Amino acid sequence: MYAFTHHSATSIADAVKSVGEGKYLAGGHTLVPTMKQRLAMPGNIVDLNKVAELKGVSDNGGVLTVKAMTRHYEVENSPVVQKAIPGLAKLAGGIGDPQVRHRGTMGGSVANNDPAADYPAAVLALNATIVTDRRRIAADDYFKGLFTTALEDSELITAIEFPHADSFSYAKFRNPASLYAMVGVAIAKKGGAVRVAVTGAGSDGVFRWKEAEDKLAANFTAAALDGLAVSPSRVNGDLHGSAEYRAHLIGVMAKRAMGA
Amino acid sequence: MTKVSMTVNGKAVSAEIEPRTLLVQFLRDHLRLTGTHVGCDTSQCGACMVHVDGRAVKSCTTLAVTVDGSHVTTIEGLAKGDKLHPMQEAFREHHGLQCGFCTPGMIMSAVDIVNRKGHNLDEATIRHELEGNICRCTGYHNIVKAIADGAKHMASTPAE
Repeated sequence: MYAFTHHSATSIADAVKSVGEGKYLAGGHTLVPTMKQRLAMPGNIVDLNKVAELKGVSDNGGVLTVKAMTRHYEVENSPVVQKAIPGLAKLAGGIGDPQVRHRGTMGGSVANNDPAADYPAAVLALNATIVTDRRRIAADDYFKGLFTTALEDSELITAIEFPHADSFSYAKFRNPASLYAMVGVAIAKKGGAVRVAVTGAGSDGVFRWKEAEDKLAANFTAAALDGLAVSPSRVNGDLHGSAEYRAHLIGVMAKRAMGA
Repeated sequence: MTKVSMTVNGKAVSAEIEPRTLLVQFLRDHLRLTGTHVGCDTSQCGACMVHVDGRAVKSCTTLAVTVDGSHVTTIEGLAKGDKLHPMQEAFREHHGLQCGFCTPGMIMSAVDIVNRKGHNLDEATIRHELEGNICRCTGYHNIVKAIADGAKHMASTPAE
């Protein structure tokens, strides 16, 4: 790892003021390995781990707010999350391994937008709002491609707001070595509207599967997805699985998310 | 250089370190606590596992400066003098190690599992919770047996 300067931020304002050309450090379970491999070499690290105003979970009866530095383990075990959106707590409990969940944070995952990460699918399916130090960004406007988001330089995610849904579920097929999603499908239903988000597969990162949304809005059962397929042309192929294999898995995982 | 202070195995320590120092380097190279191992160095194998404020983390993927002010427990912090921790004793009793390289991480993971999941652990739970530890000798069977037994013995022994 190359040398860098380190600043332990005391507040959101202090963090934003201090970051300059540097990087924010949340749980560090992507950034630190990336720096160790010298794939990233920020000259300055602004550490968010002591910023108290970035931690915690709350719910107002209609919207669940998860502050950015809330760790996966805390989302998994939070009674507030379990009551508001139980499927989100379950999703958090399936990220990585226990040690990763003890460190990794929701803000870090959503800011990084790894194409195989789990949270982006939940954020997109639940039509969440990404709250930053300077504005509010709708999920549909936030994800811009592999490791790419609408965030500006120095912009800091402070919280993510999840409107409650009538139902939310997530099913993923994990790579057995990395534990990342080969394919993950999140399905949220609210009133007559259904949103289906797919992670792990898209050649442009997380995406909404509109055809499945239409079918499920008309008939909210696994059987409604019969015969529906995603074209492999918009799906990633790599050594872990071909585009055709992943495209097939999307349909299978969508049905599993529907309880099939 | 940055100053870090933390409590390691009950003892207050502080040092001037480079910010890029990993927690595992701080423990091994600065404090000479070499029981914590570096296996894969890519946060997969779990040989570097320690407890930070009571939760298991991979110290090869954590900067020492990030845990400034925390309480850290390493494998050296489990035994009470000459008396092994019940989980260490269970690994000895059940032959839960072959080459021994992964053992410190396995034991720190095991104690963390008990802290989170209680003393009555079935095999499926243990195997699932061990997702973050790899045994290069593939000696999982006895590791799982050792953890189940160690968990029971921890119930009758005061907490670490």
